[in-house]
Amino acid sequence: MAGLEHLLTALTPLNLAFALFGVVAGTVIGAIPGLTATMSVAVLVPLTFAMPTSSALILMGAIYTGAIYGGAYSAILLNTPGTPSAIATTFDGYPLAKKGDGDYAITIACLASVIGGLIGAIALMTLAPPLSKVALAFGPVEYFWLAIFGLSLIAALSEGSLLKGVAGGALGLLLSCIGVAEVAGDVRLTFGSQTMLSGIQIVAALIGLYCIPVLIDLVAQPGHHLKVETGSRGFRLGEAVRYLWGDKINAIRSAVIGTVVGILPGAGGSIASLVSYSEARRTAKPGQQYGKGEPGGIIASESANNATVGGGFIPTLVLGIPGTPPDAVILGALLVQGVRTGPSLFANQGEIVYTFIWGLILATILMLPTGLFIGRYAYRTIITLPKALLVPAIAFMTIIGSYAIRNNISDVIIMIVLGGFGWIIGRFGFTASPIVLGLILGPIAESGFVQAWTIGRATENQMGMFFGRPISIAIIVFTLFTLLSPFVLARLKKIKDQAHAD
Amino acid sequence: MKTTRRSLVLTGAALALAAGIGMTAQSAPAQAEYPEKPISYIIPFGPGGESDITARMQQPFFKDKFNQDLVISYKPGAGGAVGWSGLNSLKGDGYTMMGVNLPHIVLQPQQKDVGYKTEDITMLYWFHYTPDAIVVTDDSPFKTLQDLIKFAKENPGKLIFSGSGKGTAPHLAQVRFDKLAGVKTTYVPFKGTGASVAALMGKQVTAAMAFTTVAANYEKTRLLAVAMEKRHPRFPDVPTFKELGIDIVSGAYRGIAVPKSTPEPIRQKLTAMIKAVNEDPAFLKKMEEGGFAPVDYAYGKSADDFLSSFAKDVTAAAKEAGMLK
Repeated sequence: MAGLEHLLTALTPLNLAFALFGVVAGTVIGAIPGLTATMSVAVLVPLTFAMPTSSALILMGAIYTGAIYGGAYSAILLNTPGTPSAIATTFDGYPLAKKGDGDYAITIACLASVIGGLIGAIALMTLAPPLSKVALAFGPVEYFWLAIFGLSLIAALSEGSLLKGVAGGALGLLLSCIGVAEVAGDVRLTFGSQTMLSGIQIVAALIGLYCIPVLIDLVAQPGHHLKVETGSRGFRLGEAVRYLWGDKINAIRSAVIGTVVGILPGAGGSIASLVSYSEARRTAKPGQQYGKGEPGGIIASESANNATVGGGFIPTLVLGIPGTPPDAVILGALLVQGVRTGPSLFANQGEIVYTFIWGLILATILMLPTGLFIGRYAYRTIITLPKALLVPAIAFMTIIGSYAIRNNISDVIIMIVLGGFGWIIGRFGFTASPIVLGLILGPIAESGFVQAWTIGRATENQMGMFFGRPISIAIIVFTLFTLLSPFVLARLKKIKDQAHAD
Repeated sequence: MKTTRRSLVLTGAALALAAGIGMTAQSAPAQAEYPEKPISYIIPFGPGGESDITARMQQPFFKDKFNQDLVISYKPGAGGAVGWSGLNSLKGDGYTMMGVNLPHIVLQPQQKDVGYKTEDITMLYWFHYTPDAIVVTDDSPFKTLQDLIKFAKENPGKLIFSGSGKGTAPHLAQVRFDKLAGVKTTYVPFKGTGASVAALMGKQVTAAMAFTTVAANYEKTRLLAVAMEKRHPRFPDVPTFKELGIDIVSGAYRGIAVPKSTPEPIRQKLTAMIKAVNEDPAFLKKMEEGGFAPVDYAYGKSADDFLSSFAKDVTAAAKEAGMLK
C-alpha cells in the first residue's frame, strides 16, 4: 500500500492522543443536535496553527469523523439527527429504540460507522487522484438530476400515503425558496421581513421538525420515553456483529455510495445516507421491515455517512475543492499553514498527506471502543433519567443547538414554529422526512437547473444538456427504476398469482 | 445603638473609598492597556470562505503583536446582510469587530431592504482586495486575452463564464468586460468561488470570471488578465486589463468595521492595530503568495473617500448591468 512508511509517523504518542481526543470530543459534539461537524472543526482551527501540519490534520479529521458518528446517538434515542448526516438513521434507529433495542441500535451504528469510515479512508489512500475526477465530471445538470433522484426517495419514505409524502416534499421545496435565492440572488417569499431574508436553515428545521414533536409527545403521554428492558444486556456486540456479517453487502455498498457522494462537492453526508438507505430498502430481503426498526437501515445510513469523511478529503486534497462543508474549513486551515493542495500534493508532500490518512484510519479504529463506551453511557442516561429532567434538558439543547448554527436568534424561532407545525401535521399522518428532503434538495435542484439551462441556451443545445450526457442518463434511468420498480414488481406478482389461481 | 450607626457610617465610607479606588484602578489602565482581553472578530459568512481564510491569516500576527487573541465567529445569512444589519446593536467597547466586504455593502441596500444602509457601517480599515481575473485551465486553447476576445466576437453568447453569484464582483466584472471589449458572453452564477472553479476545471464552462487568488490556490489554472493598476507580483507574466486597453480595475474588497457606539479613541487605536498587522512584511508576503492585493485605506478621510468613489463606480456599473433600477 502506498505510504506504508508513514504509518510509524502517524503512530507517535502525540498523534495518537490527538486522534483519541478528537474522536471523543467529536462524538459528544455530534450527539448534540445543532452542533455540527463543521462547527466543531472550525472551533479547533486556531489551536492548529502552532501544530505540525499532519498532527493538525489528524486532530481535525478525528473530530470530524467522531461528529459524523455522534449524530447517530440522538437520531436513535431521540428521533433527532444530531447532524444532518444522520437523517436516515432515525428511520429505523428510533423504532428500534422504541421497541427497547436502543442499545443494540447504537452498537450497530458504531460498527457500521467504523466500516464506512475505514472504506472511505482506504479509498482516499489508494485511489485519490483517479477518484477526484468524479468531482469534476459532475456538472450542474448532474446535480439537478441527483436532486431529482433524491426527491424520488419520497415515494419510499412515505409510509402509508404517497399523496401526503408528495405534499410534504412540495412544502419542503417551497420552504427552501424562502430568502435570497442561492444563485440568482433575488429575494423570494420573505413577505417584507428581514428575518426571513436568510431563509430557513436546514439544521434548525431538522431540530424543529424531528425533535419538538418528540418532546411534546413525551410531555403529553405517561410512561417512559423508551421501553426499558430489565437487566443489563451489555453492548450486545456479538448479536450486532452477527447481523452485520449477514448484511455485509449492504454495509459495503453503502460505504461505496458514501465515498462517491462525499467526493461530489455539491452533496454531503445527508444525501449519502439517504441514497444508500433507499438502495438498502430497494434490495431488501423478504422479511426485512425497513422503516419499522430494521437494523439494516442503520447500517446503510451510518456506513455511508462516515464514508463521506474519507471521500470528501479526496477532492479537497487533490483538487483544492472541498468535498463537504467541514472540508472547506480544513482547507482554509491548510492554506493558512502554507500548504497548497493540488495534484502535486501527494507527490511533493507525501509525508503530510499519508501521515494524515493513517491518522484518520487510526481515529476511525479508535471510534470502535470509544463509541461503544460513550454509546452505552448515553443510552443508560436517556433511559434512566426521569422525564422531568430529560425533557427540559433536551429542550435546552435544541435551543442552544439551533442558536449556535449561525449565532442567530431567528433560527431558534423558526425551529420552534416549525416544530409546533410538525407536531400538528404529524397528527394527520404527515411525516417530517419528505419536508426535510425537499428543504435539502430544493436549492441543489434549483441551482443545477438554472445553471444547466443557462449553459444549454448558450450552446444552443438544451435537450442535449439535460438528456444527452452519460452520467445524467444513468441517474435518470436509476430514478425511473427506483420509482417504478415497486409498481412493476407488484404487477408481476399479481399476474403470477392470477396464473396460479387459473 | 450609637456604635452601630457609627460603624455603619464607617463601613459606608470605607466601601465608597474602596469603590472609588477600585474604579480609578480599573479605568485608568483600561485606557492605557487596551486591549486587555480577546477581541471578538465576526465573519458574516460561513467558515471556510475567503473572508474566513483572511481572518485566519491575521489571527496569529495580531496575537504576536498585541498579545491578545482574535476570536473568530460566524454569523452567516443573506450574503452577509444578517451580520451587517445587526452590527450596530452589538456592544461598542472595542472588543467586537466585524469583517466587511465590497461590493456587498454598497449594492445590497440598494437592491432590497436588508436592514442596514451603507452609511450605517463604521469602517475602520480596508486592508486588501482580491482582484478580478479571467481564469482558464492550463490546457485551454486560449493563450492570451486576445484569443478569448476573438472567439467571443466570432461566437456571440457562446463564451461561458462561471462566476460566484449574481450582483457580485465577478458578475460586475463580466458586465464591464462585455461592454469594454465589445463582446457578448454568458455568465453562469455558482455558489461561491470554489464551485465556480470546480465548474471550470470540469470543463462545464469556457472560463471563470474569478480572482487572482484562484491561480495561487489551484494548480492547472492560468490567468489571462488581472483587473489591477499594475501587474500582480506573484504573476509578473500576466498582463492587466488596462495594458490590453480594457479599463477594468476591480475586485472584492475586505475590511473591518465596528459598532457605531465604539468610542473615538478606541476606533483610532484599533485601526492602528489592524494597520500594523497589514503592514507587517511577513504578513504581506503571505498575502502576496496567496494572490491577494493589499490596500491601505484607514479610518477617517482615507476610508471615506475610497468608499464613496468605489460606491459611485460600482453603482453605475450595476445600473448598466440592470441589477439596480
